[in-house]
Amino acid sequence: MEIPYTTEPRKDTGLFNAKLGIWLFLASEVMLFGALFSSYILLRIGAEPGAWPHGLLNVPLGTVNTIVLIVSSITVVMAWASLKMKNFGNFRKYQAVTLVCSLCFLGIKSYEYNDKFSHYEVQLNDGRVVDGHMVEKSADGFTIHGHYVDKAEAAKVTHAWQEHEIKHEEIKIKNSDVKYKENYGPWHNTYMAIYFTLTGLHALHVIGGALVIAFLWGPGASMWKTDPERYTNRIEVSGLFWHFVDLVWIFLFPVLYLL
Amino acid sequence: MSLKAFHFVFIVASILMACGFAVWSFQNYAAPGGVRSDLVAGIVAALAAGGLVAYECYFLRKFKNVSFI
Repeated sequence: MEIPYTTEPRKDTGLFNAKLGIWLFLASEVMLFGALFSSYILLRIGAEPGAWPHGLLNVPLGTVNTIVLIVSSITVVMAWASLKMKNFGNFRKYQAVTLVCSLCFLGIKSYEYNDKFSHYEVQLNDGRVVDGHMVEKSADGFTIHGHYVDKAEAAKVTHAWQEHEIKHEEIKIKNSDVKYKENYGPWHNTYMAIYFTLTGLHALHVIGGALVIAFLWGPGASMWKTDPERYTNRIEVSGLFWHFVDLVWIFLFPVLYLL
Repeated sequence: MSLKAFHFVFIVASILMACGFAVWSFQNYAAPGGVRSDLVAGIVAALAAGGLVAYECYFLRKFKNVSFI
């Protein structure tokens, strides 16, 4: 028995099966990310005045990642258009660029995550606090490239650009002088927790989307010979998911990196 | 909604984001302690927004025969 509406649209919905399915799935995704964005807003407006951290993320890297995702969304559409014009060679080229973009995005995100896991806040026994990146470790201590935190000055930092004014230096610290030390992982504070949750979930979606695109680009492309219209529809559906993932980032970038 | 329509919406969102980024960068540059890189970022973001508007027009022309549904 042949499955109906795999290529031609149903009369009542005006959509073929896969398009209806992906939009139902994207509706559930909107609820998932919507709940997390709402959590972010509530956590932020509930924070003590001046307590919400600023300038912790690398804006140039976030900008590069935004450009990478915008380019990938353009190549996904061009790949779909190439199939519509029966040009399979161009489709392959455009989707290859999309896959390279997805790998670039994940590479940059991994670098950013690694940067946060090597960024430490160290409280010393004398009450001072050192903030910076771990550059060297030895048996009796470690070296931080950072600065001593002046709590009065830190409270005045309300925007990212004020971080430019802080001078960094190499600070050698003995293990015996440390009261406690903690890196900027998701456990560090509320901001880092919501940052890792939102961007981690988004990165999982990028991986999922890239795997689907890679399958359709590689082994799944054999359908182009047997049922080109259905294959083109599959590319459109994967493109819709990819656009959703990109659109989430377009909201995430200003919310987490700029504001 | 077809990929064409979603792409149109996505590029509009990207244009708005680029404009917002340009404003944010110019504000940083104008504030005390603003650095030249903020000015450069603002100019690049404004140019990117213009580029995206041009691309959106090109995209609509190229896909005029494809349905929005």
